[in-house]
Amino acid sequence: MNLSYLLLIPLIPLAVFLLLGIFNTQIKPAVSGYIGVLGLATSTALSYYAAFQYFFVSGKVDGVYQTFVEKVVWMNFTETSSLKYLHIDMGILIDPISVMMLIVVSTISLMVHIYSRGYMKGDDGYTKFFAYLSLFSFSMLGLVLATNLFQIYMFWELVGVSSFLLIGFYYTKPSAVAAAKKAFIVTRFADLGFLIGILIIGYYAGTFDFQTLNAVNPEGEALLLNWASTTFMGMSVFTWALILIFMGGAGKSAMFPLHIWLPDAMEGPTPVSALIHAATMVVAGVYLVARLFPMYYFVEEGFVLNIVAYVGAFSSLFAAVIAITQTDIKRVLAFSTMSQIGYMMLALGVSSYKGEEGVGYMASMFHLFTHAMFKALLFLGAGSVIHAVHSNYLKDMGGLRKYMPITNITFLIAALAIAGVPPFAGFWSKDEILVAAFEKNEFLYFIGLFVAGLTAFYMFRLYFGIFWGKETEYTHTPHEAPISMTFPLLFLAFMSIIAGFIPFSEFITADKVGFEGHLNYTMAALAVGTGLFGIILAWIFYKKENDLAEKFAHSFGMFYKWTYNKFYFDEIYIFVTKKIVFNLVAAPIAYFDKKYVDGTMEGIGNKTVWISRKIKGVQSGKLQDYAFSFVGGVVIIALVFIYLWTN
Amino acid sequence: MDILSLFIIVPVLTILALVFTKGLQQARITAMVGSLIQLGMASNLVIAYFKERAVNDSIMLFTKDMIWFDHFNIHYAIGVDGISVALLGLTAIIVLAGVFISWKMEDLPKEFFISLLVLSTGVYGFFISIDLFTMFVFYEIAVIPMYLLIGIWGSGPKEYSAMKLTLMLMGGSAVLLVGVLGIYFNSNADGGALTFNILEIAKVHIPFAAQKLFFPLTFLGFAVLGALFPFHTWSPDGHASAPTAVSMLHAGVLMKLGGYGIFRIAMFLLPLGAMEWSWFFIILAAIGVVYGAFGAVRQTDLKYINAYASVSHLGLVLFALLTFNKIAWNGAILQSLSHGLLTALFFALIGMIYGRTHTRDINKLGGLMKTLPFIGAVYVITGLAYLGLPGFSGFIAEMNIFVGAFENPDMFHRVLTILAVSSIVVTAVYILRLVGKIMMGPIIDEHHHDLPKVTWYEKTGILLLLIPIIGMGVAPIWLSDMIMASLQPFIQGVLTH
Repeated sequence: MNLSYLLLIPLIPLAVFLLLGIFNTQIKPAVSGYIGVLGLATSTALSYYAAFQYFFVSGKVDGVYQTFVEKVVWMNFTETSSLKYLHIDMGILIDPISVMMLIVVSTISLMVHIYSRGYMKGDDGYTKFFAYLSLFSFSMLGLVLATNLFQIYMFWELVGVSSFLLIGFYYTKPSAVAAAKKAFIVTRFADLGFLIGILIIGYYAGTFDFQTLNAVNPEGEALLLNWASTTFMGMSVFTWALILIFMGGAGKSAMFPLHIWLPDAMEGPTPVSALIHAATMVVAGVYLVARLFPMYYFVEEGFVLNIVAYVGAFSSLFAAVIAITQTDIKRVLAFSTMSQIGYMMLALGVSSYKGEEGVGYMASMFHLFTHAMFKALLFLGAGSVIHAVHSNYLKDMGGLRKYMPITNITFLIAALAIAGVPPFAGFWSKDEILVAAFEKNEFLYFIGLFVAGLTAFYMFRLYFGIFWGKETEYTHTPHEAPISMTFPLLFLAFMSIIAGFIPFSEFITADKVGFEGHLNYTMAALAVGTGLFGIILAWIFYKKENDLAEKFAHSFGMFYKWTYNKFYFDEIYIFVTKKIVFNLVAAPIAYFDKKYVDGTMEGIGNKTVWISRKIKGVQSGKLQDYAFSFVGGVVIIALVFIYLWTN
Repeated sequence: MDILSLFIIVPVLTILALVFTKGLQQARITAMVGSLIQLGMASNLVIAYFKERAVNDSIMLFTKDMIWFDHFNIHYAIGVDGISVALLGLTAIIVLAGVFISWKMEDLPKEFFISLLVLSTGVYGFFISIDLFTMFVFYEIAVIPMYLLIGIWGSGPKEYSAMKLTLMLMGGSAVLLVGVLGIYFNSNADGGALTFNILEIAKVHIPFAAQKLFFPLTFLGFAVLGALFPFHTWSPDGHASAPTAVSMLHAGVLMKLGGYGIFRIAMFLLPLGAMEWSWFFIILAAIGVVYGAFGAVRQTDLKYINAYASVSHLGLVLFALLTFNKIAWNGAILQSLSHGLLTALFFALIGMIYGRTHTRDINKLGGLMKTLPFIGAVYVITGLAYLGLPGFSGFIAEMNIFVGAFENPDMFHRVLTILAVSSIVVTAVYILRLVGKIMMGPIIDEHHHDLPKVTWYEKTGILLLLIPIIGMGVAPIWLSDMIMASLQPFIQGVLTH
């Protein structure tokens, strides 16, 4: 398979970024929007072409999807001739999941580019915005195509920075600046784990290369890597490394307890939330685990996968509960994202490697794909609503279906998709996840099922609250968004309907051998039933204006308050950062430095001055003093000599 | 004339030319031309070095040896390897950028540029020497002008800062001199004459007792300049009072002399002593890494923040040197280069901000991105590069250090390595605090709504520094391979003793 054209997929957005970034002031906004869209459209077309080539023409050999790699050495840690040749490569790796991610990233990014032309119209930083979007697209595409741990780490950091820049896009707003800082620092902390994990793997495995690390024996039953050779505290060092790498993934994917940055990240412009904080960057953690899946599965008999599964399941439940009580529509969607990513992690965590047992892996990737479509749609729809009513809060909305028919319909489609109603996309992928969970661990299955009900409920609370419910009096009559904004909505709605019919299990599996997927009717019926129950509940509570919901909430009392305040996690973090790090570590160090370290040095200097002053006194300039000293000295020396002589 | 001695002759000629100039215009043009020639020479040297290295595998290239002081066998001996070539390049870039940044130096411009060039002569001489004594002389030439530069052209409590800086560095020099003489008087351990020549001493087996005694002296002498904890306190005060170009040169180049000296003299000549003492100094270095970073979190003066950040980043250099690992050593040199460029750029930008707003207090600054878009954008880029973003020089340096430090599998080194690695989070905290406070957010001071635009000479200075930062970060393989090839003799020195 010829891969050279694939290089263009990330490089075109990079070129666009450089162009728009350097000539930021010279390029007219109208032009920069077109440049951005055109660049991404080219990348998207190439991605689709690559996917077609890979999946249908030349990717499969003897029923197994092959991995294609093209790379160059970027930096050497040791000499090429040395026994343990450590180096960083730059290159592209093509396998089923990277091709699938190319499709996801380029599609959503293109839609967001198109949408932003309408949404950001008239903004001062219009060109800058497109430059940042291109930077993000470049970084994310590079991340997806990475051939080794270091390369993925590098692009990982770059997406983090693009996210920082875009969250803080309205940089004169203090809340946006705070949110951007928070997102960067929290993920940076998680990346510390990732980095240490990489260092461990580099040292013990002697390579960073995905293919070498993931190599499995021909029977598909064991890792070629000798992971059991060195242990630390009773576990293989590789287990520790994988836990630390998962920490990095959990940070990026907003898994509990590293999730706190995601809701705040909603300070960024809405298209950014759709692109970065819903569809692409936040699933990087899932992608990372999937990328290293053979390692995760075989090292220590999949011990770390259990952690992945439980963290995923808990995050998914935790976020779904919080989402019910939030009143900022973007925050509801943010927690929903966290919850759905928890699903994907859960699915990976319960997956096996071989054949149909690897259904969890497939389901996770499937859900990643469908979720990207409908969640981006939800965010873009929310953006369209916010654009119309100039508020993020549910209390300012209601009855909007009359004013915004396209937004209404597309939002409904997305809501049905995420609620798992057949035949929309979310139904198919969620069903597979629940099947996988049921086979491995029934407890996790029931959490998953419960979350499905919650999801349907909070999503329709949102839907009814925005488009039905009370008839709000609007100062400006809301109107439907322009075509540049509605086209992406329609396209993504279309995807949210059909994406579920893609026979994913034939393309994307853990061992790269396709299998035939089938629907488990009992499971499906249960899941759909739960979802419908949630929708009906929301319908009763929120379809018409009434106080049922409020009464219901109050019956929970304390719990409702805790949930509304997101279980006070922000406060805990503020306590840790402000009180502990800032006041109990940094401040004492600064004080210690001034008072003692510097004080000692000053002390030495001052003592020298003091001594010299004392000595200076001897040089008084008075003849009698000198005479006295002279005579005194002679007498002393004479005595000493006499003493020495007599002995 | 040989290619290396030019690095001393050209600055000296520039100084002579400066003596005859009148007024700012003549002085700055002369200084600029002089430093431009130096940059040209440095680029030429890099090319010549690659060519020569392909056919010549001796440790030092372009060597030259002239007897200088017969009685003590002191020579003017020069030569370069990949490490010194890289550092010479760094010096040339920063000196030229410094001249551009001082374009509007109204006060005694002639004397200012002369002092600046004296300093750079000393630095060049230090990097090309392979004779201990000559090296020491150049070291002193580089350090002394600092006193004048801060004392005369500085701001704030300049006399105090200049005195503090000079005294602490002189204290270091005194200790260093003892160490150097100690090495000299043991250089005949295998028979033969006493010598100051580094390459010859490296072949000698200096007795263990002497190594154990003189290593800490030599190390500390240089480490004061390399801002080793707890001998770093001269640096915040010194930087805060120094004029912009001096801060740039000082943090960018002069402080690198510390790490270079430790590597080239203390560790190369006294490897056994180094191994014996490394456990102690590596603890200090690792503390410095974290301590400096936390120190920076609390500061409110832009220059103080950078000074503490330098303690942290240069602590990483010393830390890497003491791990006795080739990858980490490579990282240490790369970090010296990277930190030199980044910190010089930071100080240049701080100078521009201070020149416009007349304050360096971060609580009085805010939203500058709006009024100073170019400076603001570069400031953010520099900050991101400083916290180790891939694509910039800091990342590759840090990664080499961390990967190398991880090659020591014992628990002691593991713990220290993880401690050092964790500084990347704290770095992110203080950099983002800084960027968030002064560049983003609303404009605090209403006078800041209308600030003078960036000028051409400022832009030139910025780009001179920014381009190599990006170049190093995007395509590091040339540089890192060049340095790596020169590390072999050092590791051999450790292995064969």
